Amino acid sequence: MEQKPSEIGSSVTTQNPHLLEVRGLTRYFTVGSLLRPRHVHAVEDVSFAVRRGQVVALVGESGSGKSTTIRLVARLIEATRGEILFEGVDVIQDEPRQASREYRRKVQMIFQDPFASLNAVHTIEHHIERPLIIHKKAEIRAERLDQIHILLGTVGLNPPEEIARRYPHQLSGGQRQRVAIARALAVDPELILADEPISMLDVSIRMGVLNLIAQLKEERGLAFLYVTHDLASARYIGDEIIVMYAGRMVEGGTSEEVMQEAAHPYTRLLISAVPDPHAGLRTRKETGLRGEVPSLIDPPPGCPFVARCPNVTAKCHEAMPGVSQISPTHWARCYLY
Amino acid sequence: MRDLSVEYLTARGPVQAVNGVSFQVRQGEVFGLAGESGSGKSTIAHAILRILHPPALITGGAVRFGDRDVLAMSEGELEEFRWKSISIVFQSAMNALNPVMHIRDQISDVLLTHGFPRSEVQERARALFDLVGIDPRRLDSYPHQLSGGMRQRAVIAIALSLSPPLMIMDEPTTALDVVVQKDILQQIANLKEKLGFSILFITHDLSLLVEFSNYLAIMYAGHILEKAPAHELFERPLNPYTVGLMNSFPSISGEKRRLTGIAGAPPDLVAPPKGCPFHPRCPRAMAICSEVMPAIQQVSPGHEVACHLY
Amino acid sequence: MANVNPVPADAENPQALTPAIGEGAAPKKTAGRQARSANRETFRRLVGQPKAMIGLTILVIYILVAIFAPLIAPGDPSRLEARQNQPPSAEHILGTTGQGQDVFRQLAWGARMSLAVGFMVGFLSTLIGLIVGMTAGYLPGLIDGVLNLFTNVFLIIPGLPLLITLASFLPPGPLTVILVLTFTGWAWPARVFRSQTLTLREKDFVSAAVVSGESRPYIIFSEILPNMLSLVVSSFFGAVTYAIGADAGLAFLGFENVNTVSWGTMLFWASNNSALLQGAWWTILPPGLSIALVAFATTMLIYAMDEVTNPRLRSEKEILRVLRRFHVVSKRSTPVVRKAAE
Repeated sequence: MEQKPSEIGSSVTTQNPHLLEVRGLTRYFTVGSLLRPRHVHAVEDVSFAVRRGQVVALVGESGSGKSTTIRLVARLIEATRGEILFEGVDVIQDEPRQASREYRRKVQMIFQDPFASLNAVHTIEHHIERPLIIHKKAEIRAERLDQIHILLGTVGLNPPEEIARRYPHQLSGGQRQRVAIARALAVDPELILADEPISMLDVSIRMGVLNLIAQLKEERGLAFLYVTHDLASARYIGDEIIVMYAGRMVEGGTSEEVMQEAAHPYTRLLISAVPDPHAGLRTRKETGLRGEVPSLIDPPPGCPFVARCPNVTAKCHEAMPGVSQISPTHWARCYLY
Repeated sequence: MRDLSVEYLTARGPVQAVNGVSFQVRQGEVFGLAGESGSGKSTIAHAILRILHPPALITGGAVRFGDRDVLAMSEGELEEFRWKSISIVFQSAMNALNPVMHIRDQISDVLLTHGFPRSEVQERARALFDLVGIDPRRLDSYPHQLSGGMRQRAVIAIALSLSPPLMIMDEPTTALDVVVQKDILQQIANLKEKLGFSILFITHDLSLLVEFSNYLAIMYAGHILEKAPAHELFERPLNPYTVGLMNSFPSISGEKRRLTGIAGAPPDLVAPPKGCPFHPRCPRAMAICSEVMPAIQQVSPGHEVACHLY
Repeated sequence: MANVNPVPADAENPQALTPAIGEGAAPKKTAGRQARSANRETFRRLVGQPKAMIGLTILVIYILVAIFAPLIAPGDPSRLEARQNQPPSAEHILGTTGQGQDVFRQLAWGARMSLAVGFMVGFLSTLIGLIVGMTAGYLPGLIDGVLNLFTNVFLIIPGLPLLITLASFLPPGPLTVILVLTFTGWAWPARVFRSQTLTLREKDFVSAAVVSGESRPYIIFSEILPNMLSLVVSSFFGAVTYAIGADAGLAFLGFENVNTVSWGTMLFWASNNSALLQGAWWTILPPGLSIALVAFATTMLIYAMDEVTNPRLRSEKEILRVLRRFHVVSKRSTPVVRKAAE
């Protein structure tokens, strides 16, 4: 009997309890007319876990469902099916209508577009002060200001007093992203959800922000769920990598396992497509794997990768493969294993 | 081009977007131009074809195509020159394609405007689509009916329609998924072998350039800081900015190293730093760097650097 | 589809009229620069705008006239005192009406009524429009559906017949006018505000506020509304323009209390007294022109607001100004201007 996705968590981890566990998370969007509704299967049966102080990278291209997944975990949108367990408690059952203040304190988020995630009409100080006020982190204003300045210093924005007084449009993209991180840190969270935080930054500035994330993980034991399309950065800061395709998860494991011994054909395709100067100038071969991501609207049963897979068999069209363990920490959803 | 300079006149004062840039693109070569935002690379692409909008002004230098002086051409000459001699592919296909016209019409538009005989237009359109790998039956689609990758291929087909000897590509694959990107670039490489045109490839993705181009130039704040053949630049980057840029790309294979990127932010071009524009962020800056802009000099065959360290 | 590999946020775009390169200041710089919010910037730009200045000047003049009416035109404006239909003279600056009232005094005192009604309606329409529009825009599903339907119904109903019907049923008086005009005028701003709220709701900073734990009312009032301020101001002036014109129209048609003095009633009486036949242009021109001027002024302010907040409009003017300064003729291709030095 193939392993059900919801069982991965228990076999991957050791004694550490999971900080976040997602089981069978599914999200459909309804499109089309009222009489003949169709559904976009944006996220289908996604399960994974994040331990304390761990960085899990969700990797996928556009349409893979990674952004929708992180928004589901952030409870910005509602799941169609599935469970989100935070510190062992099913939050969807516990707080069905709205996320609790507790959850909002322990789970924070930073966004992709540094220009859009800060409100142009408020100062930096205001942005960071609000979470402090909401979560009652400091009662007196002077205390709050102190906190704000410390936070700005932590993320490398100096001099903090001056930066705090500014407005978003007076900061560069990299600085804004650091402000977003400071805001997330203000409430002392356990888990930070990062939705492609560096993809809209200048190349030379990206490493600074990534290193900051790595530093926060080391020094504060913060867990991160890092969503990206860039395998290289996923490898750089991720302890674990999970690969998504067309709304489903297809492979997962430690970052070294997934990168060096990629199992799923899609992962291999992805790795081969990344320009890698370290590999030297390769001779170009026809990969013959042309094709696009299939439509997510009412998809047929079976693995979504069938149209492009070099190893496709008849079984692949019938049903989505279950999880096969390649090693205690490495799994893939593919009939090859 | 030699010593090309381009300025934008803004309310805050003239902004020197491109400052004395010189380079050559040889026949059949892929010349890569790398830089981040504000480096001036896109400005150069548009300046070559003189399609910059006011308040941009070309304020100096020479741009030669073969033996023709592009900067001295009249409106009429330029219209003929564009697309026949040099064509351009922009980043976002949706910006380049008319959303309310079939692709077929857009191709024939271009062909007819440049004097292609009407009888041969359809055949040429079909041939072009074959070249870039799109099913010719899709010629009658509207742009929004095609996927991002196919749209970009369509734009490339239009760029190739008059077989120009030089094609400028300004971040052509940046908005595409990495798998589609690889596919398209491979296609372009094959086409280049087949048809023999040159490419001026502009992007911020240095790792892509190293893989794809023959010769590279690195730009920063309107200046070229280093020029070298691709693998030479990769193995022996000399300018500290180039080194820093190399340090900003984590690899997917090989050992895991800690990378640092570059501290600080690109300069404000209205009031650029005196001397070398990179000196405020340079880990090896010396006193002279804040005074005098280093001239570009040859350090080894084919390898030129603008830096006081050399 | 998510933007996979977008060009970095400060990416230069040669087609952009003011390159974005200058925006990101390095942390060490701009030590002395004043921090200015987007709204304050807008206000500052507005002050220098010629259209805004013209509009504002006209409005202010009329407002002052209305306020200081007792000082500049003392006496009861309805008082019948002089000979009828006298052309402008030293004694009566704008002449007298068909009943024998001083036109200038009527104009000054009438300004109070007309402007008061206009601004009041403007304020109320905008307020109701905001409440309905923002609620509909931010709260999804049923509430939005109901409010939107409600708004659309009000938009579809033909305005003038509704106005006239209501005005004829209700007792005549300024309160009725205000009520009736607001009733027909709130739906358009509501629609506009709903649209804008819908757009702003999708922005990341709103999501960030939600993730921070902000309450819904806070998000609506402190995150979304400040980003809509220029729109609110424009809508307000639009509503005022509508109100002033509609009020005059209603009065002219006789649907208001014709014994009160306002510009509209002045026109009513002028028509009633066959002013045109009599050649008494001074009873028509002052009120008519005043209505037109005030409407013109508010419209100017809306245009100015538009220009100041729409970056493209602003840039085009800046560019032309800058090009003229450097004596460059704008052609299709990029011009080549060689500098003397270098």
